Parts: sequence; C-alpha cells; structure tokens
Amino acid sequence: MKTVAELRTAYIKGEMKPSEAVAAALAVIKEKDEEIHAFLAVYEDALEAAKAADTLYAEKGADTPPLLGVPIALKNNILMKGKKATAASKILENYTAVYDATIVEKLKAAGAIVVGATNLDEFAMGGSTENSAFGPTKNPVDTTRVPGGSSGGSAAAVAMGAVPVALGTDTGGSIRQPASYCGLVGFKPTYGAVSRYGLIAMGSSLDQAGPLTNSVADAELIHHTIAGLDKMDATTITDDTYPAVTTKDAYTFGVPRHFLKEGVDASVLEAFEQHIAVLTAAGHKVVDIELPLFEKGLAAYYIVMPAEVSSNLARYDGIRYGLSVEGDNLLDVYEKTRAEGLGAEVKRRVLLGTYVLSSGYYDAYYGKAELVRKQMRQELDEVFKTVDIILTPTAPTPAFKFGSNEDPLAMYKQDIFTVPVNLTGVPALTFPMGTVEGEGKQLPVGVQYIGPHGGDARLFHIGKAIYDERT
Amino acid sequence: MKQEEIAHLANLARIRLSDEELENLEEKLSLIVEYVSVVSDIAAGDDDAAPQVGARHNVFRKDEVTNEPDQYTKDILAEMPATEGRFMAVKKILDTDSE
Repeated sequence: MKTVAELRTAYIKGEMKPSEAVAAALAVIKEKDEEIHAFLAVYEDALEAAKAADTLYAEKGADTPPLLGVPIALKNNILMKGKKATAASKILENYTAVYDATIVEKLKAAGAIVVGATNLDEFAMGGSTENSAFGPTKNPVDTTRVPGGSSGGSAAAVAMGAVPVALGTDTGGSIRQPASYCGLVGFKPTYGAVSRYGLIAMGSSLDQAGPLTNSVADAELIHHTIAGLDKMDATTITDDTYPAVTTKDAYTFGVPRHFLKEGVDASVLEAFEQHIAVLTAAGHKVVDIELPLFEKGLAAYYIVMPAEVSSNLARYDGIRYGLSVEGDNLLDVYEKTRAEGLGAEVKRRVLLGTYVLSSGYYDAYYGKAELVRKQMRQELDEVFKTVDIILTPTAPTPAFKFGSNEDPLAMYKQDIFTVPVNLTGVPALTFPMGTVEGEGKQLPVGVQYIGPHGGDARLFHIGKAIYDERT
Repeated sequence: MKQEEIAHLANLARIRLSDEELENLEEKLSLIVEYVSVVSDIAAGDDDAAPQVGARHNVFRKDEVTNEPDQYTKDILAEMPATEGRFMAVKKILDTDSE
C-alpha cells in the first residue's frame, strides 16, 4: 500500500484494517530504521488508536473521517502534545510539547495516526540531515548518500515504505529537495495557506509546512486537510487573499534557461529536457523566460533567513524551557546554555543574522535583501502574466555522498532553485522526473513546478495529470 | 571579518565561543558575507514599489482571555529548568547589596 487513497479504499472495503497498516508501519521501522535512522521517536501507542479506527470502519465504513487509520510521521519540529519536540537540537532534547500544532490538530481530527517523529537538520538548518544533533539519516535509495534536508527524516520515512505520508517544513527547499533526492512528491504551499502555529520557528516570513508523499493526489489531500485560516497565526490567508488562479487543459510553462547554465549536473539537465518533451507531447506549451532577480535570490535568502533565525532562536536561553547550563550569573547561564545546546551550523546562522541586523550594517544587508525580495515578487508577477507555471529542476544534483558538501556555500547552492520560491511566497510542487546514474545506482531527480500566489490547486491539477497518470 | 568582530557578535547573540570556534568562524563567515554582499548591486533603485496584492497587515483580535484558568500552567511549569512553587526561578539580576 503506497498511497493514502489505496489505504482508504482497502479500509472501506474491509480488505485491510488500520491496525494491520499501523503494525506494518511499526514493523518496517523496526526492520529498517536502525540503518536508515529516519525516526527520532516511534509511538507504540499508535496501535491503540489504530484499533479504535478498526471499530469505526466496521461500524461506519465510508462515513468516517478521510484520513482515519492512515499512519503518518511528523518532522520533529512540529509540536504534538505530550511528545518530545526536539528540532534535532541538544537544546530541546528533553522538551515535551504542551500543545498540538494546528496542523497536528487537523490531521488528528481527520483520523490520521502519528506513528513517529522524524529526523531533521538541527532547527531545520541544512540540506542533508547531517546537522542533526542525534546523527544523520541515510537515503533509502542509496545508503551511502544523504536523503537531503532539512526534512530528510520525513523523506526517508516515506521512501523506506514505513508511512505513505510524512509532514515536513520548508523554509528554503526543506520539503522539495529531500523529496527530489528520495524520489517523492513534495509540496510547499503559498505562504500563509497553512498555519505555522506549533511549528518550531526558523524563518517566520519563509516557513511553511507541507506533505511528502508517493502521489500528487495524496499531497493534495494532506494539504487540504492542514490548510486554512487560523486565528493562532495572523499570517494565514483566505481563498480571496489573491486573485483566483484558474486550471486549464493546456498550460504554458516558462523555463528560465539562463538560470540552468551554471552548476547543474549534465545528467539532471538531460532528465529535465526529457520532462519538457513529456509536457509538449501532452499538449502543453513550453517557452523560455528570463528571471534575472530570481536567479540571485540565494544571496538575499542568506541575509533574510539568518536575520529571522537569530531573532527566533533568541528564545532558547536556558530559562523558560529546554537545556539549562548552570552559570555564575544570568548572562553566564545564557552563554553557556547556548554554547552547549546549539550546533555549529545553527551558531553560524545566528551570528550571521546578528551581523546583518547590527547597527551600521542593517541598511546595507537586511534592508537591501528585503528590497530585492520585493523586486523579485514584481518580476514574478510580470512573468506570470505570460506563463502559467515556471519549470526548473528541484535541485542541481541528485543526492550527494555523506561529507561531500562540507563547505557551507556549496551546501547552500543545492537550494538555488528552491529558495526564490520561499522569498516570494509562491507555491511549488516537486515530483520525480526520472533517474540519473550515480556509481551504478539509479538516483531519482525531481522537477519543480512553481505557480503564482494562490495557485496551489493549479499545481495539483497539472501534477496529477503528468505524474499520477504517467504510463 | 575579524575574530574581534565575531567575538562581539557572539556577545550580542549570547553564545560563548571557544578559540577554535572563533578561528573556524572567521573563515566561514567571511566567505558567506562576501557571497551575500552582492545584494547591494542587485537591488535596483529605491523602494518605490507599489503596495502588493496579498501584503499582510496587522490582524487584531479582541483583548480577552481565551483559555481556562490553569489550563496550561502545570505543563508549562514542568518544562522550566528551575521553579519555586508556581513561579519560574531565575538568578538575581540587580545587585542591591552594593548600595
């Protein structure tokens, strides 16, 4: 059973019970996770919930909540009441969430059963899951390679067959890049479509939660379950916040050719060209576009994101919750707690953020980056007057080997196609466009469809036609 | 970026850094700062952009209590590193003895 839709049908027909599916999920984790390390915690009490779901299906059949009995996993920066929410950081190693994130509340209400919490780069900062304070996750496709990040544990959990759905968060590509590396569907909604209440904040103007799945239809179902206006998150949007985005029989795709000239693997480009051929064969139009600012988004991102990180992570001070290291005075407690509790990449970003926000540098860095961001949005608005969807590879390479991107800039450049999407707040969908050869193994690579603001439904519409109905 | 400058940032960010960390950060932060500096060349002109569709404004709600008394108190207290009864315990920050 690879998709939610298949599970649901089997439950309703009585061909399978939720308790069997959840037991199977736990068995896969037991069998494979010692090597893969997708999970930071496994919830054995999921079986109890599954048995209750068995009874409900026996009584009510199809007249049950849409995700009843579906085993899912949550990235461990998403709060679930009574469970540890570590963000894969030592500073939150023993922190227990005191409330449910809005998306968890909604998933529970829809009947989903959370079987465990997945690994990530500490505080979602990284693109390989190598930055987890509790050890890296391996890519189930090739265990010598990273699963991507920061939602690497969620991607690996789905790719190894433990769950049909895992929730991730995406600040600069953290759902889409691991989905690409592990051969999955991943979706980053329009900013504000999904509540951030109960997500451990990284970059508040960039963060969105979304699904990693095996089909576009499943991604759509999960997105619709978790989306919506939330009084606990003032940045959530309504259906009429943006002008209506239509669905069509034939779309015009724009390809920023210039953007693909440097730093993209030849094998990825080849798969990308083949995907363009698939689109034109299906009756869609593919045209060249120019996005000069979009291409330079990475520089603006590495100002805006660390600035927000430095502010958001100021709360981890050893006083209110989490790790606390004893010191001579209050300042000493702060400094020792943060020295011991935060990892190298997190410290780097907090310091970078402190720098770009500090007096004398603020205008030159943060002010300029926010201006670039605004101009990028205008550039996008212009382009979306002539094309329906922007097309890029999701990442410039397939999954890389452990330890091969130790230079932070090289790691950051893996996100070159994904960060402009977060900076501008538009939605993007990724799914596999093929495989490329890497040392004798077939490694999946993803394609990215970027839509205009509020165009989430358009992406699902075309994604289902191209990916779910592929032959 | 020099080590003294990084030490100052670390002080602002309330992170104690070892000498080894300082050395490592000097190289890595300098590289990143150099890379992001291009933003000043990218942003054309001044901020005369028209207000954008979907731009967010403050969202207000009525100033009223939305949860039950003590609904979360016990759980939140349980997460605090140091408490005294129903209070969070912190170190003294004012030195009143020196008056």
